[in-house]
Amino acid sequence: MTHFLQRLGHTTLSSFAKLGRGSFFLIQILSACLSVFLRPKLLIKQLYSVGVLSFLIITISGLFVGMVLGLQGFYILSDFGAEETLGIMVAASLVRELGPVVSALLFAGRAGSALTAEIGLMKATEQLSGMEMMAIDPIKRIIAPRFLAGFISMPLLSALFSSIGVLGGHMIGVGVLGVDDGSYWAQMQAGLDFQDDIINGIIKSIVFGFAISWISLFEGYDTIPTSEGVSRATTRTVVNSAFTILGLDFILTALMFGDI
Amino acid sequence: MENGVNSDTEIVSIQNLSFSRGDRKIFNGISLNIPRGKITAIMGPSGTGKTTLLKLIGGQLYPDQGSVTVDNHNVHQLKRADLYTLRKRMGMLFQSGALLTDLTVFDNVALPLKEHTALSNSMIRSLVLLKLQAVGLRGARDLMPNELSGGMARRVALARAIALDPMMIMYDEPFTGQDPISLGILVKLIKELNNALGLTSIIVSHDVEETLTIADYIYVLSDGKVAGQGTPEQISNSDSEWVQQFIKGNSDGPVHFHYPATDYHKDLFEI
Repeated sequence: MTHFLQRLGHTTLSSFAKLGRGSFFLIQILSACLSVFLRPKLLIKQLYSVGVLSFLIITISGLFVGMVLGLQGFYILSDFGAEETLGIMVAASLVRELGPVVSALLFAGRAGSALTAEIGLMKATEQLSGMEMMAIDPIKRIIAPRFLAGFISMPLLSALFSSIGVLGGHMIGVGVLGVDDGSYWAQMQAGLDFQDDIINGIIKSIVFGFAISWISLFEGYDTIPTSEGVSRATTRTVVNSAFTILGLDFILTALMFGDI
Repeated sequence: MENGVNSDTEIVSIQNLSFSRGDRKIFNGISLNIPRGKITAIMGPSGTGKTTLLKLIGGQLYPDQGSVTVDNHNVHQLKRADLYTLRKRMGMLFQSGALLTDLTVFDNVALPLKEHTALSNSMIRSLVLLKLQAVGLRGARDLMPNELSGGMARRVALARAIALDPMMIMYDEPFTGQDPISLGILVKLIKELNNALGLTSIIVSHDVEETLTIADYIYVLSDGKVAGQGTPEQISNSDSEWVQQFIKGNSDGPVHFHYPATDYHKDLFEI
């Protein structure tokens, strides 16, 4: 029993300590962000490796998620003779929920884990300390450009995911299952609200991008500099990002669409 | 000499420094002075905190007690901006080289110049080539760090460390894991750079032979204390049993071969 209490206390204390380090780290990043805009080359390089290289996985996943939505939606809607509303069903699911959430989960797996491993290995091979000893602030030179790149890429990737998904739904619904082309788009146009649906979806993905970049960079920066430490940090990035995304999604949905 | 710090002759002065990591005390009130313009070696077995000492001098770690003065500045009381200004004048050579793996050899050496000076690109190019020539790697400028051997990586790191013409360089285990040729090159480079550029060099090492040939003054650390100090001759002729064991590499002596354990026979036949 004492042992259990001791462990509980230890875990609580160390998680709070980690939260404190993480918040301090975030403040350091945010105050370094301005200097990144003065050196756009660093940012562009990271936008490429964080954002552009995630293009393929986001596009392909978006296409398949859209196709599945088209298929499943059609079977259910046709029971009620409402298959003409397939467009709005696919688009609303994607723009409100699946687009931001699934693309964020994929982004955490593709880009977040890579960021953690990269920063963790830089720490393990003393590159970060080496920069500090050269009087170069690694937060400004290494961390902040990567943070901004993640923050900027996420909403764009999420928008790409939703758009490709809508096309995927169209491909199956209109192309294969014979829903009317005009009503697919017209229903979507009539049913989707710019403010409520599209803007809210973008806000979600901005929040997710912020959280994923923060988590993955912090896990890398805070890693124990051994190969085991880096591997555990990478795992934690993916797991913690997934929990954070899903938790934040619930909170944001409740705030945006619910009356809680 | 013990406590009288003369800033003209001492570049680094460490007074009564204590540092612990977790429950383990790494330094317990050590004091040492590092003379300007000389090569000073800090020796001791692995795990005595030699690298930690360099990080304390560079202001990356904070001591529990005591002070570190570098060129008349108390490192741990400086503001961040002032600390960074001071660090521009201190080079450090990490054991792994710590080269940035996504930049070429040329860009690695150019990095401190690009970050800290407003020099034109052609000027930076000339400076980088000068520094690379000094370590004999001008021809390797377009290679990536993963294409370099360990010894070459360390030489590139050395070129990077002298890029800003610092007043001192700290070498963290420069000789460890080098083949005889690389070792010879490094020993020669450290000595030549120290004399040609008027640097102060601090070498942290446990390679006795090389260190004895190169150093002007040696401190031997053990258990968080200075176990012996003096010129290489004084160290070689030291009457401390511990220092003798360390420089001769005897397997048993004041430092026992066996990690502390319970009685061997009792342990074997216990079950």
